[in-house]
Amino acid sequence: MSALQYAASDTLVLAKRNLARIPRAPDLLISYTVQPVMFVLLFVYVFGGAIELPPQFGDYTDFLMPGIVVQTMAFGGFVTAIGLSEDLRKGLIDRFRSLPIARSAVLAGRTISDIALNLLSIVIMMGVGLLVGFTFEANVLEILAGVGILLLFGYAWSWFFALMGLTASSSESAQAMGFIVIFPLTFASSAFVPPDSMPAGLQAFAEANPFSTVTDAIRALWLDLPAHTDVWMSVVWSVGLILVLAPLAASRYRKATHR
Amino acid sequence: MSSDYAIEAEGLVKSYGDVKALAGVDLRAPAGSVLGLLGPNGAGKTTAVRILTTLLPPDSGSARVAGLDVVADATALRSQIGLAGQYAAVDENLTGAENLEMVGRLYHLGKAKSRERARELLERFELDEATDRLARTYSGGMRRRLDLAAALVAAPPVIFLDEPTTGLDPRSRANLLETIEGRVAEGTTVLLTTQTLDEADRLADSISVIDHGKVIAEGTSDELKARVGGERLEVTLTEGSQQEQAIEALVPLAEERPACENGILKLPMRDGAGGIAEAVRRLDQAGAGIEDIALRRPTLDDVFIALTGRAAEHEQREGEEREPAEEVAA
Repeated sequence: MSALQYAASDTLVLAKRNLARIPRAPDLLISYTVQPVMFVLLFVYVFGGAIELPPQFGDYTDFLMPGIVVQTMAFGGFVTAIGLSEDLRKGLIDRFRSLPIARSAVLAGRTISDIALNLLSIVIMMGVGLLVGFTFEANVLEILAGVGILLLFGYAWSWFFALMGLTASSSESAQAMGFIVIFPLTFASSAFVPPDSMPAGLQAFAEANPFSTVTDAIRALWLDLPAHTDVWMSVVWSVGLILVLAPLAASRYRKATHR
Repeated sequence: MSSDYAIEAEGLVKSYGDVKALAGVDLRAPAGSVLGLLGPNGAGKTTAVRILTTLLPPDSGSARVAGLDVVADATALRSQIGLAGQYAAVDENLTGAENLEMVGRLYHLGKAKSRERARELLERFELDEATDRLARTYSGGMRRRLDLAAALVAAPPVIFLDEPTTGLDPRSRANLLETIEGRVAEGTTVLLTTQTLDEADRLADSISVIDHGKVIAEGTSDELKARVGGERLEVTLTEGSQQEQAIEALVPLAEERPACENGILKLPMRDGAGGIAEAVRRLDQAGAGIEDIALRRPTLDDVFIALTGRAAEHEQREGEEREPAEEVAA
């Protein structure tokens, strides 16, 4: 095998190991299955009636589903923060680094397994979304393009969580740090309410917020709305975040393990 | 490779902020031997192991393991070493078999070979009944054994064991020591860190005593013991015996004037003084009743106290434990 094939094999072995944990840890499984369903139902039935929508949306469920899936993608990487933080403290990272594996394999294995988990969340959430009245105004290609953008955006946030997991002193604080950053970003966006209902300053922030860009891109693709620049700007944002966060996480990984 | 040593380190220096973990350490282990690294917590043992296993680059100095430089040839070296660290570094959410298979895959043994090795090792470490149980259900001793098994998956020529018997019950400990001896008999070179002196005594061909980041003594167990002096005689007198008379009677046998601690006379025996028989005869002549008398060979504990002025085992826990960098630097 070539070095590249070894790197791919190492990454997959570690990704598989990360995924094996999920069904064996009921709390994690709940985070990826029950929790997204709960959020969909709460938002649809609690906020649904109270939010005034722009005329192009049929009902709140149509408006909400893209936004809530985007939020779920961003949070999906939290298991990477927990996992890396634990592996670091329990000596597993040392074990991995003493083995003849590709240097990138530990972080790549983590973030790649997040993609699989995020895909699971998308399927479950959209299944529930369809049950509570969401309707795709899209062909298969548009739906898949939306899924692709969601996974790419989620992958970017996995690197953010990797950085948190390698920085924080415990897995709890790594998770908390991640949530403190992501929660305000998702709510101060077009994900749950139209930004034009917000105060002026917040509205400006929401309109510049990548969470709005990605949410609007998914709405455009799935609800047959005009996309403007949102689709390709979503890709730009995601790739940009990866280009910034992945090297930061990699450098943090080297420092965290060199003591 | 030109070197006959499987492990060879020269002038290793490593600092964490102001704390000098290693202040110029030289180590040597011929291929197929066991090198014991003996010292209290915070002495620098773990730092040395981390450098030799490529986890940590030294600030200065150099080291070769299995003929490969730990910095320049780190990638190639990793397939030649096995590491069992201070933590039982097993994945709690995988079964015993899955843990070892994963490690085998990461050594690039291939799927079938990894599975086979996992089964072999689980059996050897008496974990075969726990093969398909998640490691989080394992006892501390079982985790340790699984961790050591992981270090042996690729049957590497050099293995590093950082305090491998910490937290093991006597049976598991004996079992583990036997396994290590078995590996050594097959030609594996072992570097073992330990705080338990009898462990180094039993396993190590040569011992480096390390304290405050420096090797303060090295040699075989016997050589180190010889440095503390020869045999010691310990005499407990019966009640009412004249202590002073007994001491006077023993002076000609001793290297220095016998001391009395807690009612026990202790003296370093002069070579060729006639041993315990002569001591008994002299005490008898002096009219001192003997309650108990024993000739004691020095232990490594004595060596440690002689070298550092303090006992090895009652050291406070410090720097050696891997704490967050901020704390180490502070």
